[in-house]
Amino acid sequence: MKAASFDYVRAASITEACELLRQDGGDVKLIAGGQSLTPMMAMRLTRPSRLVDINEIDALKFIKLDNNTARIGACTRQCVVAADNALAARVPLLRRALAWVGHTQTRNRGTLGGSLAHADPAAELPLVAQVLDARLQIRSTSGTRTLPASEFFIGPLTTALEAHECLEEIYWPVWTEHRTGCAFTEVSRRHGDFAIIEACAQIAVDADGRCMRASFGLGGGGTIPLAFPALAATLIGTQLDDAVLKGVTQDAAAELDPGGDLHASAGYRKHLAAVLATRVLRAAYDEAYGKA
Amino acid sequence: MSDKLYPVAIEVNGTRRTLQVPARLSLVDCLRDELRLTGTHIGCEHGICGACSVLLDGEPVRSCLMFAVQADGHKVTTVEGLANTDGTPGILQDSFCEKHALQCGYCTPGMLIAAHALLAEIKQPTDAEIRVAIGGNLCRCTGYQQIVDAVKLAAARLSTQATDGFKNG
Repeated sequence: MKAASFDYVRAASITEACELLRQDGGDVKLIAGGQSLTPMMAMRLTRPSRLVDINEIDALKFIKLDNNTARIGACTRQCVVAADNALAARVPLLRRALAWVGHTQTRNRGTLGGSLAHADPAAELPLVAQVLDARLQIRSTSGTRTLPASEFFIGPLTTALEAHECLEEIYWPVWTEHRTGCAFTEVSRRHGDFAIIEACAQIAVDADGRCMRASFGLGGGGTIPLAFPALAATLIGTQLDDAVLKGVTQDAAAELDPGGDLHASAGYRKHLAAVLATRVLRAAYDEAYGKA
Repeated sequence: MSDKLYPVAIEVNGTRRTLQVPARLSLVDCLRDELRLTGTHIGCEHGICGACSVLLDGEPVRSCLMFAVQADGHKVTTVEGLANTDGTPGILQDSFCEKHALQCGYCTPGMLIAAHALLAEIKQPTDAEIRVAIGGNLCRCTGYQQIVDAVKLAAARLSTQATDGFKNG
């Protein structure tokens, strides 16, 4: 349970980090909070020849808010994201989701960008990125590019990031509708574990309780967390009555391809997906409609 | 690959320590094997059990999920640093003894660090807040209730002796 030998470089800037990645070729890894990478190294599931540490780059740690977007630096600690009240007022799903992410000790070290770049299929933050249609800005020595979450997540522990690229900043759209509500829930063996199934939703309604805008997604049921924009669009104009919800959530669950294991069969996971999707959509709707 | 040594300077329990470490050395192995501070325990070595919790710049983290080289320039407080300056147990530690909050004692340093960090932030935590704070720490003797009781006792004592024997990491 000890990591194999490796070389270590502490990058002083993102420019230096990108330069180090470019020089080194394929066997180098960035380390941010290290809450997933370090155990994988301890278990020898990965053996990078060199770690480039971005923890000391202050320029990657920020939360900047404007009316329509929250921009968060990739190396911002999860505890900092969860504690920011102004952010929670604009992108409440992040705080809701982070309550399910690990424990105090791991959130103090773990970063927002690290969780996204690690891309565990049952992790909470990638699901929120999918549901809110976050955009991810990626840096390399040849410049920057920005991808929507839907193009960033490719498979289990696999993203569109190339070996020489560094996630720099994540843009979270702010829903400006006054009556907006959101919810996050999951079932896991113990609180803080990765989810067996996780679900989250965000809903905006008008004064009569008609859905104006909706997004929801499910994680743990396949290779990447998924949002269901086409199904969510069918909720527009409805009041999310039981029949509507049942149809939409069952259709969403049918799109999943969960594996079965010791803890939960594939059939149970599919059932759970529809149940949890119903719960978060209902809770998000009720919160939105409850706003005066 | 290399076994190159890296110079690090870490302030451990208020004392600056300088040493040379290979990059692969975890912070917990550095504390125990290099600095001989064996109060911090190694449990699972992959971030599940919480026994290796220490304060990094005042915040609880898992020292098995960090390499010692990453702690260069930072402050670490181990369970040894929670004692009174004369080496006697602090109020929180005394409360653990009094409430029988340890059986085998393996999880205790991590529990103390987690509880210390909680009480530094919330002076009078609720049972639920205590349970969340120690939620990342496993106790295989299943002594959680006594641990919650001990943290409550420490909180009550600290409120009456706010400045005596309780140090912020």
